[in-house]
Amino acid sequence: MLGILRQTVVAKLNHALNCEQGIGAVALRAYSSSSANKMTVRDAINSALDEEMSADPKVFMMGEEVGEYQGAYKITKGLLDKYGPERVVDTPITEAGFTGIGVGAAYHGLRPVVEFMTFNFSMQAIDHIINSAAKSNYMSAGQISVPIVFRGPNGAASGVGAQHSQCYAAWFGSCPGLKVLAPYSAEDARGLLKAAIRDPDPVVFLENELLYGESFPVSAETLDSSFCVPIGKAKIEREGKDVTIVAYSKMVGFSLQAADILAKEGINAEVINLRSIRPLDRSAVNASVRKTNRIVTVEEGFPQHGVGAEICATVVEDSFEYLDAPVERIAGADVPTPYAANIERMAFPQVEDIVRAAKRACYRSR
Amino acid sequence: MACSATAKIIHNPLVLSSSRSAEKYESCCKISGPSSLLGSKFLGKKLLSAKSAISLASRRSGAVVAVSSDVVKEKKVKSGSSAASNLLITKEEGLVLYEDMYLGRAFEDMCAQMYYRGKMFGFVHLYNGQEAVSTGFIKLLKQEDCVVSTYRDHVHSLSKGVPARQVMSELFGKTTGCCRGQGGSMHMFSKEHNVLGGFAFIGEGIPVATGAAFTSKYKREVLKEDCDEVTLAFFGDGTCNNGQFFECLNMAALWKLPIVFVVENNLWAIGMSHLRSTSDPQIWKKGPAFGMPGVHVDGMDVLKVREVAQEAIGRARRGEGPTLVECETYRFRGHSLADPDELRDPAEKARYATRDPITALKKYLFENNLANEAELKAVDKKIDEIIEDSVEFADASPVPARNQLLENVFADPRGFGIGPDGKYRCEDPKFTEGTAQV
Repeated sequence: MLGILRQTVVAKLNHALNCEQGIGAVALRAYSSSSANKMTVRDAINSALDEEMSADPKVFMMGEEVGEYQGAYKITKGLLDKYGPERVVDTPITEAGFTGIGVGAAYHGLRPVVEFMTFNFSMQAIDHIINSAAKSNYMSAGQISVPIVFRGPNGAASGVGAQHSQCYAAWFGSCPGLKVLAPYSAEDARGLLKAAIRDPDPVVFLENELLYGESFPVSAETLDSSFCVPIGKAKIEREGKDVTIVAYSKMVGFSLQAADILAKEGINAEVINLRSIRPLDRSAVNASVRKTNRIVTVEEGFPQHGVGAEICATVVEDSFEYLDAPVERIAGADVPTPYAANIERMAFPQVEDIVRAAKRACYRSR
Repeated sequence: MACSATAKIIHNPLVLSSSRSAEKYESCCKISGPSSLLGSKFLGKKLLSAKSAISLASRRSGAVVAVSSDVVKEKKVKSGSSAASNLLITKEEGLVLYEDMYLGRAFEDMCAQMYYRGKMFGFVHLYNGQEAVSTGFIKLLKQEDCVVSTYRDHVHSLSKGVPARQVMSELFGKTTGCCRGQGGSMHMFSKEHNVLGGFAFIGEGIPVATGAAFTSKYKREVLKEDCDEVTLAFFGDGTCNNGQFFECLNMAALWKLPIVFVVENNLWAIGMSHLRSTSDPQIWKKGPAFGMPGVHVDGMDVLKVREVAQEAIGRARRGEGPTLVECETYRFRGHSLADPDELRDPAEKARYATRDPITALKKYLFENNLANEAELKAVDKKIDEIIEDSVEFADASPVPARNQLLENVFADPRGFGIGPDGKYRCEDPKFTEGTAQV
């Protein structure tokens, strides 16, 4: 009996609350749930592919296991059933061949999305990505544009060894004629992929396997089918005034965690999510450094000739007088990735490393 | 003579016919040029002596079994019965072929002259001697069909219809070139004439060509357009050892793409002889290994090439899939203008010089009363004038302006093109909100 009474009381309380908030509350609650709307990066990419393929019949997918296997990482789940085998093409294991076929199809009017099971395999096809895709618009003086997207997981996963763990952002980022994107959140993934597919130039889309399963809140606008994120613009994930931390892909998550830790120690860090490796949003980075006067760049890739090296050089060239401390860059260890879990952990930047570097930049290493 | 050794179209690679023994094949191969095609009777006798050395070395047939195609059989019957009225080409066609081959030859000779005078620079690879392949195949194509080539691409572009003026300007590095001087000798592109390059890496063009063929099929089957475009991929003997070649043979046959793989086997890859670098030098055999017909043809005879090309292009257009055509040809000059060409035997060069495709076609035209000396001289004169005009035009054209250095890197530098209001979409302040019209 007490149970029923309690239920009645609770019900009445709820009713009262509802009435207090007014009729709009119902609608508001439905809308506010959109900010509680979460989407995994995997679903974000899948939905972006789905929408772009349905909007333009010239868009097609090509890669190993994208069709019947539903994608090696289940990114292309459901697309084969929806669009058929002519538009979701399972290829033999021939990276050089099928990448070239994708480029040739793009030369002649289609809009392929070529998936690499990981970007490590793109090395077998890198001739086509650079020589036939990136350079063609230039060599043909604008006659042949290549509206192709190369996508796949990039960087380290967990315990996959040296040949499956390299980050290719720096390599592709140095090549003129390519656009190179590195999304972090679900909103990034959706918006940037849709932008990449609609873009008339070759785009290298560097995803991250460990982020596929992570959920991020998404707004209603993100879910709209015409949502795009501009290529070449970085996003300020967290505003701050003491030190700028620049990162892309998974390292953005680590940087945000580091920023929380630093906040407890009184250092207010600004975290920039690059989103786009090429073109690099130099103006956003410089504007931030001119505000905070200190910079830390974070990347997973190898340190020499890395993305961080480019950002630091840019900052020194453009904002030298604003710097109060030497530029700091954190990168992966200068070794092929080991397999054993404990040393693999040491081979990539962790949250503690970012915290330490930020403190060093603020002269608070003690 | 009952054997047709030139065109061996193997329709069903899994069925080994016993109608041709290895021994008969060997004897057919020694002759290796002539079949019953009229034009080649005269060449045949020369071929016997000229080719025997090469053919013995390169055609170690072993247990190869070849099935002759029905097409060739039919032709044999026809031409056997009425020699005079069943020529392979009409007068107009003959003149077109002659003009195109002479254009290719005169153009390349002019390139050599210009290079040594310093007007052309970098890597220039000339096509002298191989004109029969380019003319034989490309003159059968429509404008919408695509051609993909290697660095030896001047003559392919000319045959496909790119004006000589534009090609010459491109070679001089002038802004009036087909690629505004940004591509150069090895990167001839023309969207209008569907020349999809011009690639410096051997084997790079093959997947690109396969992709263009994929597009044709996609347009037909997914976009439901009326599309029967065919793509030709031209490449050399050295490329046939490259991984991408095999990858594309596999996928083209697997998906029945409308493509013809044309091997210009000139026996040399810079200084590396085909026989030294290939385990089985008979390239046409690699076709049936992947489930497509493999054909070998005498690439110094434009009429034979044209006949095989007709069959192969027809197959592709009808949707029956790819064909691998090995054209045995020779380049009279070195690999490039910087190549001293010391490794090739002068006797070999002399032998092939007697098989000059232009001379051969001329002879055919005379002997069959399709043209006379005067008409061909008029064609020569016309072409010479075109070439001279193209040099003058290229000379007089301006070099690229300074700002051209940074142009054409991207089709759309700022992303997403231009919106309905005329501005770049990514400059629309509402862009990230997703409310912008994309």
